[in-house]
Amino acid sequence: MSYISKPKIDHGGLRKNKLGLTIQDYEGGMSTLCAGCGHDSITAAICQAFFELDIPPHRVAKLSGIGCSSKTPAYFLGQSHGFNSVHGRMPSVATGTSAANRQINVIGVSGDGDSLSIGLGQFAHAMRRNINMTYLIENNGVYGLTKGQFSASADIGSKLKKGELNEQPPIDPVQMALSQGATFVARGFSGDKKQLVPLLKAAIKHNGFGLIDILSPCVTFNDHEDSTKSYAHTREFFHPAVHLDYIPPAKEIKTAYDQGEAMPIEMHDGSRVVLRKLDKGYNFENRGQALDYVRAKHRDGEIVTGLLYIDESEPDMHTINATSDTPLSELEFKRLCPGSSALKEIQKRFI
Amino acid sequence: MKPTKVSENEYFHQVVDCQWGCPAHTDVPEYIRLIAQGEFSDAYMLNRASNIFPGILGRVCDRPCEPACRRGRVEEKPVAICRLKRVASDNRDDITSRLPKAPEKKNGKRIALIGAGCASLSVANDLMPLGYDCTIFEGLEKPGGLMRTNIPSFRLPEKVLDEEMNYIIDMGVDLRLGTRIDSFKELMKEGYDAIFVGTGAPKGKDLKIPGRYDSDNIHIGIEWLESVAFDHIDKIGKKVLIIGVGNTAMDCCRTSLRLGASDVKVMARKPRDFFKASDWELEDAEEEKVEIVVNHSPKEFVIKNGVLKGMIFEKMQYETDEKGKITNTEVVGEEFFPCDDVVLAIGQDNAFPWIERDLGLDFDQWDVPIVDENTFQSTLPGVFFGGDSAFGPKNIIWAVEHGHQAAISIHKYCHDEPLDERLPRGVNLSSAKMGIHEWSYSNDFDASSRRLMPSVDLKERFSNLDIEVELGFTVDQVVTEVERCLNCDLQTVFFPDLCIECDACIDICPVDCLTITPNEGQEAIEKNLTTPRLDQDQLLFVSEPLKQTGRAMIKDENLCVHCGLCAERCPTAAWDMQKSNLDVPYAIDEMNNGKANCQSKRKAG
Repeated sequence: MSYISKPKIDHGGLRKNKLGLTIQDYEGGMSTLCAGCGHDSITAAICQAFFELDIPPHRVAKLSGIGCSSKTPAYFLGQSHGFNSVHGRMPSVATGTSAANRQINVIGVSGDGDSLSIGLGQFAHAMRRNINMTYLIENNGVYGLTKGQFSASADIGSKLKKGELNEQPPIDPVQMALSQGATFVARGFSGDKKQLVPLLKAAIKHNGFGLIDILSPCVTFNDHEDSTKSYAHTREFFHPAVHLDYIPPAKEIKTAYDQGEAMPIEMHDGSRVVLRKLDKGYNFENRGQALDYVRAKHRDGEIVTGLLYIDESEPDMHTINATSDTPLSELEFKRLCPGSSALKEIQKRFI
Repeated sequence: MKPTKVSENEYFHQVVDCQWGCPAHTDVPEYIRLIAQGEFSDAYMLNRASNIFPGILGRVCDRPCEPACRRGRVEEKPVAICRLKRVASDNRDDITSRLPKAPEKKNGKRIALIGAGCASLSVANDLMPLGYDCTIFEGLEKPGGLMRTNIPSFRLPEKVLDEEMNYIIDMGVDLRLGTRIDSFKELMKEGYDAIFVGTGAPKGKDLKIPGRYDSDNIHIGIEWLESVAFDHIDKIGKKVLIIGVGNTAMDCCRTSLRLGASDVKVMARKPRDFFKASDWELEDAEEEKVEIVVNHSPKEFVIKNGVLKGMIFEKMQYETDEKGKITNTEVVGEEFFPCDDVVLAIGQDNAFPWIERDLGLDFDQWDVPIVDENTFQSTLPGVFFGGDSAFGPKNIIWAVEHGHQAAISIHKYCHDEPLDERLPRGVNLSSAKMGIHEWSYSNDFDASSRRLMPSVDLKERFSNLDIEVELGFTVDQVVTEVERCLNCDLQTVFFPDLCIECDACIDICPVDCLTITPNEGQEAIEKNLTTPRLDQDQLLFVSEPLKQTGRAMIKDENLCVHCGLCAERCPTAAWDMQKSNLDVPYAIDEMNNGKANCQSKRKAG
């Protein structure tokens, strides 16, 4: 954290997006997290992704639960909507937000503590409902806010700063999402924005539940030699299986891709993502094989990253529930609240 | 790219743009900090160590520091460095006890200095405390040279000038006024151990066009200003034309207004982009309703019955290329401008009719003495030149620096040491960290714009030639202006071994000047920079390979505002803010063989 706030300086080198905004317009308040926290890098990547997608900040709702990760929505997109909810209950608020406004971009920021312990049930049901949202798990293997106890994502053999050994198996959100039927499953690393920003852009554009598990080292409690979630360990065992290019609508695909090695996917709004195999053994078209691959690599201690599975064809919550295209706040009162006679009509159906 | 070695090529000195831009390397950020702390006397003494005349230069310096100032790159205008210098001077206590003194025991060496201008005074300032006997010969009845004769007193009050010159003269300089040297050969016979020529560029350029010598109302600018300064001229006609558009022209037009002129035009041959005058001097003149007429080239003086009636000018038209360079010139007509007086301010030259040409002191094809650019020695050993007399007209701050360097040479010459083996400049660094989020400097960015100098009311200022126009900053203005300084001397020092590549510094940098990228050559690096490189002349820092990935930390020095946020956000202290202190050697340091360190010692003294 810092005492002075980041000054806004127009230094002549600032790029502008299609809305005429600069990256500074996508920033939020000053972070109060520890200096060097991976979460701050993710915050910067989120700013960059929304900036590059030309999404106006006020068309975004950012939601979170409890934990270091859940503090971060205060640090990006200062001009957007936000809700800092109860521990593990962010998916419920996200469901409501999305239901009330189909046009808003919903981004939920959670952590391994928030999503994999107290909020595990909510997390699973959010995937099951295929809520149209971006769901980030800022994963550092410890409860940083309560001084560094192991979380449910800690690996077997990993040690705490003071030497305690973890002997319980971890919950891997990626494996869980693949088996739960999530329609967009990815893993990134806070220390690699080149990979993370396109992942974020694709997740934001994905029509349905977009999960990114982001390894985000806790610089204070889990960045030591015996940690499996430190900067150094993550870099050493970092295994990008798939490369992703995000191509905005109406832009030509210029790069040549080998057939069978690359898969272009059309997104809902006309933009495309092109997945490219970095590891020939990986098959991104099959959920079962993707799961096997991730599991096998995890056994070998490797950290598989990239967009690991995507399915644009599954209906999202809005489609299934035939929600209103117009945000509820913009519906005229008569339609929003048809009155007691309409209620009676509905009740008749149950008699 | 090769990893940057910050210990080489005066890297950290170059980062401090103002100090790098100042010929005398004045420690600008430090004296601004002292002003902010209310330590005006300390700020004055720190200034004096390098530029000798803080009160004078705080008013009339050519300010090479200000166009260089980093502030001008992150917003519209640079810090008002020059004005702040005056603040230090105006508010100082009596500092006479802190001035250098000549020792009682002299070293037996006698130095002759010709011309009592800024260059000679600067040499005397450095040599007197070392025990030299300095004799200054001055043709006029008062010392000061150009500072007195060419700079009008409404810009530089006589009191300020006298006070600062006396600090040097009172060390015991033998000042011989009204003593013009007519023969260098004769002077050499007097047996001085070394001679310094600081006679300036006293010859105003003439304009030899028809009618030039047919009227007494055509004046040469610097001679006319000198006559005004010595009260030989106290009036001028109503309509005045000034030919030329340099800083002397600005002084001429403003002086005319104070001697009774009511319609003053400055006639320029070329468009505004080609003006030699400093922007602020042009602004000051235009504020006083001087009209600047562009694209008019003088053709002839119109004189009827021996009376100057006006001048005919050729109207010029220029074609320029993309870079603004003139590619074609055309005369498109003529125009008559009526006037009562004309002042020629089209440049000046140095002139040495009094130096015999058979002494072994060589002159080049333009009749300018051949002088070594580092030692300031002429081809005749023991004879040194400095100021405008050495390399033609520059300005006061250059003359002062010439004086410092010539003093070193003279000292070495008198002690049979090789002149070109001089102490190098150095940089000392010390961490500014006071706590996790605290630095020993004001690191917050203040977005205030440059303060405007308050001045005497337009009507009032013309009532007397001696009324100083600029009033000096008010307390409120000082408080704001000092905070505009970006503290460029607080360096961002990087320790690659400590970096864990967490990106924290890159994310927090308010000007996006940091990047971590593979070191695959300059082109690849520049392509990957967070912000495009806007100024190729500014330094690019490239670190040694980082521990975890072998990539390099890159810093584009161009836009850094030295806020220290990178160092605050760094979890491993791989970035540190360190105060850099430039160590500039002077003659006294040469005497002490560099043992007693200069600036810090002087400050204490």
